[in-house]
Amino acid sequence: MVSLAVDNMLVGKDEPKGFLFENCRRNAFMAKQGVTLPKARSTGTTIVGVIFNEGVVLGADTRATGGSIVCDLNCEKIHYIADNVYCCGAGTAADTEFTTRMVSSKMELLKLRTGREGRVISALRMLKQYLFRYQGHVSAALVLGGVDVTGPALYTVYPHGSTDKLPYVTMGSGSLAAMSVFEDGYKVGMNEEEAKKLVRDAIRAGIVNDLGSGSNVDITVIKQGSVQQFRPYEVICKKSERQGDYTFPAGTTAVKSSHDMVPFSALRVTDEEVMEIS
Amino acid sequence: MSILEYNGASIVAMKGKNCVAIAADKRLGIRFQTVSCDFQKIFPMGKKLFIGLPGLATDVQTFANELKFHTNLYNLSESREISPKVFLSMVSNFLYQRRFGPYFIEPVIAGLDPKTDEPFIASTDLIGCPMVTDDFVVAGTCLEQLYGMCETLYKPDMQPDELFECISQSLLNAQDRDAYSGWGGVVYVIEPNKITKRELKARMD
Amino acid sequence: MAVLVDEGYQTHPTVQHRFFPYAQNGGTVVAVAGEDFSVVGCDTRLSEGYSILSRDVSKVRKMTKSGLLGCVGFHGDVLTLTKMLDAKMKQYKHTHGKDMSCEAMAQMLSSTLYYRRFFPYWVYNMVAGIDNNGKGCVFSYDPVGSYERETYRACGSASAIIQPLLDNQLGYKNQSNANPAPLTRDRVRTMVRDIFAAASERDIYTGDEVEISVIDANGIDTQRFPLRSD
Repeated sequence: MVSLAVDNMLVGKDEPKGFLFENCRRNAFMAKQGVTLPKARSTGTTIVGVIFNEGVVLGADTRATGGSIVCDLNCEKIHYIADNVYCCGAGTAADTEFTTRMVSSKMELLKLRTGREGRVISALRMLKQYLFRYQGHVSAALVLGGVDVTGPALYTVYPHGSTDKLPYVTMGSGSLAAMSVFEDGYKVGMNEEEAKKLVRDAIRAGIVNDLGSGSNVDITVIKQGSVQQFRPYEVICKKSERQGDYTFPAGTTAVKSSHDMVPFSALRVTDEEVMEIS
Repeated sequence: MSILEYNGASIVAMKGKNCVAIAADKRLGIRFQTVSCDFQKIFPMGKKLFIGLPGLATDVQTFANELKFHTNLYNLSESREISPKVFLSMVSNFLYQRRFGPYFIEPVIAGLDPKTDEPFIASTDLIGCPMVTDDFVVAGTCLEQLYGMCETLYKPDMQPDELFECISQSLLNAQDRDAYSGWGGVVYVIEPNKITKRELKARMD
Repeated sequence: MAVLVDEGYQTHPTVQHRFFPYAQNGGTVVAVAGEDFSVVGCDTRLSEGYSILSRDVSKVRKMTKSGLLGCVGFHGDVLTLTKMLDAKMKQYKHTHGKDMSCEAMAQMLSSTLYYRRFFPYWVYNMVAGIDNNGKGCVFSYDPVGSYERETYRACGSASAIIQPLLDNQLGYKNQSNANPAPLTRDRVRTMVRDIFAAASERDIYTGDEVEISVIDANGIDTQRFPLRSD
């Protein structure tokens, strides 16, 4: 009861929790009228992970697409879960973002409750139970990696909630390109530098050969007691410089009316009184 | 037809040196029929913070009201202005709550930090995936056209006047190649000590 | 091709089978007509879905010594269409003892396309070159042969990205106090290069290399520049 009261205080009593479905009936009606409902931004991504002798290396590209258009040239796809656990996300961008964010906060609470560092398997279980509950409608395809008391661990999580435990994994639209590099170059017991190079090559294969992936290679290295993030680890395709000058002289655009506004505060102080504390 | 094309809109925001600009067209249509050429798509949410909402007009207004309500609450309970970063979180959380029954809008946020005056621009998709960039963000029915214009015209560290010309030319030429948006334009240039609102002269067809 | 028909929460969705003989292979062509020259640019990427089929396929081919043809869309149709056109051009040359003019080629292409009105070549075409009066000319088409002479045009996967830029930079649209200077070869070439660089940042189907050809009385000068390869 006490915890419930605290909960209510924190989130506000009337604040709804979880998803809201108030627009669903209207949207379904509109869909029935023949309009197509828009698609969310997705990360047609290459994400990979590999275990080496001291820990785990995670890698990702940095392109976000909406249809055939690149929305974001440098987005972050390696998400923080806990100090010792990170997670790469592919699929619907919002789903990967919010799912990992939610699991991250649950892992923090778990750590506070148990007084120990969370394990990778705990994050995995939270993710798969959550994703299974939504039957694939939360479309997050994840690569989860970290190091805990049991050593390095690496998993893939599919949108429907199934998982794999493997020494080297790839996900996303560039997964085949990346996996071909892993199948060729993976060795048991690699050192950190070898593992980083292999991940770089795998992501580059995705960036160059898969149109859904692009821009840079991001890498996160997780070892016992340390995390190193390289963002970017390597720039594969740089934004090009323009050769011509496209500056317009002032007054080029015809203006109908113009007026300056002084930024006013939404909070207006009407009366101020300083009280002394005796 | 996509529901985002039902009313039509195009919005763009750009970062300059110590300033940001946000611009929108003014058309409200029902598919190919134009209903109004003075429709508000950019809403002030703080002293130096604006949000542009392209998409289904009913959701634009509902969502703008909801955001204004919550920013007002924030201002009262925190006794300070909301920062653009926090505002982005708020927007994206509201939208993701409705993951399975979304509002049909793709917000664009532009503003200066109330304390440091640091320029900030961001956008989200219709279910709230946040995207913060260093150059420009675009949204709406002529997204492709806007990307083409901005990608070529944009330079980093523009002064407010340059920024105005750049964003206006981007918007005007992009919307002229889109049937769903146009009919005038409005540009806000936000600087630390003043905001300039300009109505653009545009093709009315 | 099998299409899954979404009927709500059915356990076994209905599968519709139908014949869909076209593919979308991406790519972009831009053409600009100057006073006594014209410029054609194209990227060299051929793609399908999320895959790159080739990084070295030019979308522009030489038809006569002063006429180029740019084709994007379904590559299978591009190959067949250009084969047909080549045959017709050859026939014309042997009958009349001279190359086809750009105007004649433009009309011939339109007829060839409309001949397939109800099973079209899925190709967006552009003809550029020097006309009978020695002026630069550009003709743009839809897949069933409607065509128009223009001064600048973009077609293909990045056409929406590029067209407003051409309006602005070459048509001086929305510039109230602009004083248009006559176009020079170098300015157009630089602009086409920049435009393709911009398009390849945002359109996933445009990239690898841009091939720019300048056509004038002296012939055709073709150059290539690198674009993004991701």
